[in-house]
Amino acid sequence: MKVKINGQVSELNLSLSIGQLLEAKGINPGEVVVQYNGEIMEKETWPTTMMKDCDEIEILRFVGGG
Amino acid sequence: MDNLKIGGKEINNRLFLGTGKFSTDALIPDIIRTSGVQVVTVALRRVDFENQQENMLKYINKECVLMPNTSGARTAEEAVKIARIARAAGCGNWVKIEVIKDNKYLLPDNYETIKATEILAKEGFAVFPYMSPDLMAAREMRDAGAAAIMPLGSPIGSNRGLKTKELVRILIDEIDLPIIVDAGIGRPSEAAEAMEMGAEAVLVNTAIAVANDPVAMAEAFSLAVRAGRRAFLAGPGGVKSSGEASSPLTGFLRDIE
Repeated sequence: MKVKINGQVSELNLSLSIGQLLEAKGINPGEVVVQYNGEIMEKETWPTTMMKDCDEIEILRFVGGG
Repeated sequence: MDNLKIGGKEINNRLFLGTGKFSTDALIPDIIRTSGVQVVTVALRRVDFENQQENMLKYINKECVLMPNTSGARTAEEAVKIARIARAAGCGNWVKIEVIKDNKYLLPDNYETIKATEILAKEGFAVFPYMSPDLMAAREMRDAGAAAIMPLGSPIGSNRGLKTKELVRILIDEIDLPIIVDAGIGRPSEAAEAMEMGAEAVLVNTAIAVANDPVAMAEAFSLAVRAGRRAFLAGPGGVKSSGEASSPLTGFLRDIE
């Protein structure tokens, strides 16, 4: 299946939860916000939300800015 | 105490710090400590998987008020989206609206900013719109529920100082909200100048971040902001075109002869 993560299309061979995706990318869940198909996700739903074909996921974090 | 009551908080340091462009985020704790800043801006960006950075929030003292900006937004809709995400991330309800389509001078779009201010104020955000100093636009932002108005001094990152001084002065005179000069302030003397004329605070980023010694420069800005505020409260004297002696005009020594 194909999913779009931060604007890039990725081909996934197996179904992952959002929580597993973050783990695979080496991201500390405490440091990011996830938007799933345009909606802000509650952290509690990350482990149980399985990615589907054509999903759009945005993983965002705070950086320095003025 | 001369505290600034703003956005549901009480602040006693009127220098707000932008955190972009530092050679390393590890400087930020020293900057916050030496300058005593209490309000700090941050931006929201996509995680770069190839080049993952440290979590910069760990460098910001937990007692600071975070003011996420909506940089990157080109429309009100995009700004609203960024603000909602920032709040969902647990950073409180303050937001600096920044809507910019102009890539050369980085001037804000006041019209889109008014729209975003209205939507976000209704959603309970403390909204700080970054704007081109224009009285009518500032009135609309006030009526839309802004917590303060943040006119630019000169283009973002230009260090050119308070080029919009007369327009900012009109906002200070006419708008019954705190006026916070944001962008373009390049020297502590310019921050003092803004405060002397009655700005309630100034937001500085580039001038501190690109100084040879950012920690010392942040302290210098903090002192200048305090000096300017004191001067404003003290009430500067009038300006005259001719001289007026400071020493008595009687009892000159030559009269003894």
